[in-house]
Amino acid sequence: MAAEKQRDTSFDQKIINGEAGPHMAEAAIALKGISKSFGSVRANRDINLEIAPGTIHGIIGENGAGKSTLMSILYGFYQADSGEIYVNGERALINTPSDAIARGIGMVHQHFMLVHNFTVLENIILGAEGEPLLKTSIAKARSELERLERDYGLEVDPDALIEDLPVGLQQRVEILKALFRGADTLILDEPTGVLTPPEADHLFRILRQLKDEGKTIVLITHKLREIMAVTDNVSVMRQGELVATRETADTTVEELAELMVGRRVLLRVEKGPATPGDVLLSVRDLTVEDSRGVKVVDNVSFEVRAGEIVGIAGVAGNGQSQLLETITGIRRAVSGTVTLDGAPVELTGEADAADLRRRGMAHVPEDRHNMGLVLPFEESENAILGYHWQERYLNGPFLKIEEIRRDAQEKIERYDIRPADARLKTANFSGGNQQKIVLAREMEQDPKVLVVGQPTRGVDVGAIEFIHKRLIDMRDQGKAVLLVSVELDEIRSLSDRILVMFAGRLVGERNTEATEGELGLLMAGVGEKEAAE
Amino acid sequence: MDLFTTLVFLLDSAVRVSIPLLLAALAGLYSERSGVFDIGLEGKMLAGAFAAGAAAAVYGSAWVGLGAAVLVSTFFALVHGFASITHRGNQIVSGVAINFIAAGSAVILGQAWFSQGGRTPLLSADARFRAVQLPFADAVSDLPLIGRIYSDLLSGHSLIAYAAFLLVPFTWWVLFRTRFGLRLRAVGENPAAVDTAGISVAWLRYRAVMCTGILTGLAGTYLALSQNAGFVKDMTAGRGFIALAALIFAKWRPVPVMFACLLFGLLDAFAIRIQGTPLPIIGQVPVQFIQALPYILTVILLAGFIGKAIPPRAGGVPYVKER
Repeated sequence: MAAEKQRDTSFDQKIINGEAGPHMAEAAIALKGISKSFGSVRANRDINLEIAPGTIHGIIGENGAGKSTLMSILYGFYQADSGEIYVNGERALINTPSDAIARGIGMVHQHFMLVHNFTVLENIILGAEGEPLLKTSIAKARSELERLERDYGLEVDPDALIEDLPVGLQQRVEILKALFRGADTLILDEPTGVLTPPEADHLFRILRQLKDEGKTIVLITHKLREIMAVTDNVSVMRQGELVATRETADTTVEELAELMVGRRVLLRVEKGPATPGDVLLSVRDLTVEDSRGVKVVDNVSFEVRAGEIVGIAGVAGNGQSQLLETITGIRRAVSGTVTLDGAPVELTGEADAADLRRRGMAHVPEDRHNMGLVLPFEESENAILGYHWQERYLNGPFLKIEEIRRDAQEKIERYDIRPADARLKTANFSGGNQQKIVLAREMEQDPKVLVVGQPTRGVDVGAIEFIHKRLIDMRDQGKAVLLVSVELDEIRSLSDRILVMFAGRLVGERNTEATEGELGLLMAGVGEKEAAE
Repeated sequence: MDLFTTLVFLLDSAVRVSIPLLLAALAGLYSERSGVFDIGLEGKMLAGAFAAGAAAAVYGSAWVGLGAAVLVSTFFALVHGFASITHRGNQIVSGVAINFIAAGSAVILGQAWFSQGGRTPLLSADARFRAVQLPFADAVSDLPLIGRIYSDLLSGHSLIAYAAFLLVPFTWWVLFRTRFGLRLRAVGENPAAVDTAGISVAWLRYRAVMCTGILTGLAGTYLALSQNAGFVKDMTAGRGFIALAALIFAKWRPVPVMFACLLFGLLDAFAIRIQGTPLPIIGQVPVQFIQALPYILTVILLAGFIGKAIPPRAGGVPYVKER
């Protein structure tokens, strides 16, 4: 491999000589004065960062703090406006990903850079084929891959198609791709977002092993727990600036959270015990099939009472989305019943989301960009979508624009949506503020039942705290809240009862005392039998 | 005429009409596999046909005609590339524009240069790609069955026709057995994966559209210098669109593309054959209906019989690095 020949071998040499260590003078990667702007947004401002060889270095910060931009600059995906990059003490000009690869830098992207209908092997050699004909390069790659798999314990079938692999294995392919190109430094961008807790633990074991083999790891994340669990050093980014670097052993979760947000943050949601009332939402034997006739929700039954939060935990893609869509009248069911405040909901014929809203079921959809908002609309328009038929917004067939804007401005103030401008295009709000727009719209309708999907996906720590508080408020006001989230921490800290969904079925119910390990096993579909016994 | 003779003639003309389809469809395959949709196959083919007719008329050489056709078609392909790759324009709009520009300018230039109402002058035999007799075609033509098939069906086509059929396995080989093909397929599915692997997405796509240009040039040359003796206004007659249908029908795979084109060619030949001939029971079938059959067939077969044709995932979407 050309990339492998070019890589700097001096570092490997030092490992052998036992010179490497966290306090070694020469950094594996050093960034000096890196700045980068996108239009008027300053994504990175004068960043100085040194990463010691053979360590796991965490970079933590809220969404939009500039972590991914910084690493994309290091990987040559973007060019910095100013600043210098040093690799193993040498000045490196990295203008394209191939420059980075040649310097022994590999990246595992948040959204995997894999071709879904290629085999594992084809994905791994893409861009590093070595010669014009595939036959010989595939044969060479196959033996090299076997070696890597053996050395690092990263087994994966080289001839499997990517689309047939679970995400955990797809991520493994991404790591192998970087190692195959001779990476000494591996950047991982939010690697655990798509993994179950056991899968994430497995990934951390792999990372530690890679570190023991002398690789340098850069871990980008917004999850404090991961930083504490696996890193040696951690740098905190806030609003495009690198605000602090600490040795992980010398810092605490609280300190890091405060550095990230710039103020003290409550990590645990304060909430009193629930006082459940009448059943407001009841689901019985619900079965839903997808367009291919596969059961995606399989005979699911549960109920949600007034004044309680029921959380549905599960790894993404186990039927939670379809369950939400069916309950809220977007998708049709094959069989089963749903009852809203004692009255049945039409499931098979004319499912009607608008009618459900009139009857008091508010819905915060999982995917705010596609289902929750019309991004090119101004904020005030999104603030009434779905409720625009209400008399207070209408003057005959016409909208009361002034009234709508005034109403939106009120919500903006109450939910601390920034910038506080009801006439701004919704696309120009950050993810957290967009989510607040949806939440404000749904919660302010005084619903009986609130169905919430992924309330804090892509939302920063400060906004998460706010959103969690509002959800608890809703519960305390006597609403029935159904919460679906892939963030297990979120489910655990908010829910009064936790249901675990796996492969379309509810495989267990736990109370708030359930441990993370127990829920993780249920989510992975292993605990089912033990639970029954 | 006995049934066998009729059949051989029918198949022979089916092969002839399917050649430009095949070349255009293979042309589209390179572009679309790389993620650049190309509705401008028709225009590029027409421009190629005009360039071939004009250059062959002026220089009296078929090879000069071929060269001119390839150059002009490739130029148009690069225009499409410039609009849709470099400037991330809408690929459909760019393709439609090329169709209009090609159709209009061919007639205007033809009239200005040759003053024959937009045609190019009738070409002499030397300035055309004539039929090539395969060895022993005459000798074996008397043999029953095989002899007739060899001498009437396989022999007697233009050089370009043989090239077109050789391009089918060649394209398959390029696509599935070479580094270029692997990258080409990858960039049509997930350009970000190609970009992060350190390969230029734009340069890869430009190479793909250049392949498209060369092949549409060949298709145009075949129309002007083999099937006809010169360029005639609107001589592509929608073949670029049928080629697109064949490409979808074949799910963007080279060998099925060949069969799809042969099938459409057969329908076309059949339409010509039964023009004005009442069929038993059904009676007179309107020619227009037969001519519409390839399209109807595509819709019906795609809808119900051959399953969903899934285009390359990144097709039609300009590549922008995400922020």
